[in-house]
Amino acid sequence: MTAPEPAPGSDPIELEIPARAEFVALARLVVSSLASARREIADDRIDDLKLAVSEACTNAIEAHGAGEVDERVLLRWWEGDDRLRVSVEDQGSGFDPQRLRDHPPVTDPERLNFERGLGIPLIRTLVDEVDFTPSQRGTRVSLVMYCGPAEPDLEP
Amino acid sequence: MDLSLDVTERNGYTVLAVHGEVDVYTAPRLRERLVELVSQGKHQIVVDLEGVDFLDSTGLGVLVGGLKRLRSHDGDLTLVCTQQRILKVFEITGLTKVFAIHDSVEAATAG
Repeated sequence: MTAPEPAPGSDPIELEIPARAEFVALARLVVSSLASARREIADDRIDDLKLAVSEACTNAIEAHGAGEVDERVLLRWWEGDDRLRVSVEDQGSGFDPQRLRDHPPVTDPERLNFERGLGIPLIRTLVDEVDFTPSQRGTRVSLVMYCGPAEPDLEP
Repeated sequence: MDLSLDVTERNGYTVLAVHGEVDVYTAPRLRERLVELVSQGKHQIVVDLEGVDFLDSTGLGVLVGGLKRLRSHDGDLTLVCTQQRILKVFEITGLTKVFAIHDSVEAATAG
């Protein structure tokens, strides 16, 4: 799955947060506010996007580990004609989503030994496109959600 | 954003009502509370999610961990949830097959 580049000339909105757990709620708030204010998009899709962004931010913060206090997570928001694109970029050492262990089936008693690793499957289900790429800083997760057009009255 | 955790006893069950957002920041408090309850000998726990505004994979992980801990004591952890947006997270991850999910605290504590 490859997320296409945003339309030329569309400048992203950026939000940079400290790579600490208490700031994930702020990222959720900003993303859901942007989506609901600027797009024709159903509430349950906003919830999906909010959860996907939250999972991506959580992974980004965990990539930093206990981390340096000055490490940051960068969110970028683009609006296309028929889609929203949000990227979440960390400065951690990165991870390879292809190398995640497969979980046993949920009916398997062994399944209870997996308290983590649910975030990436969630992201893959919640948004229409997802792309993990190494960046200069760390890892960049790009999320794309198809949605209705931007509200004309709100265009800059 | 805040998370509040209220414990009540009902019909031999311990009901842990969760209000607020459960994410990477607040989930450790939920985990600590569950561990504390189990160590107090509370082995039939109902987690009431009706007041939860947001729940992500970190919260799911804590609930799975709680269930695992309780089963090792021959206990159980069941859920109360009717909110579609929260149920959806359990459905996507297949955890509706792992947890008993009830419509109300009354139903969860009836047995």
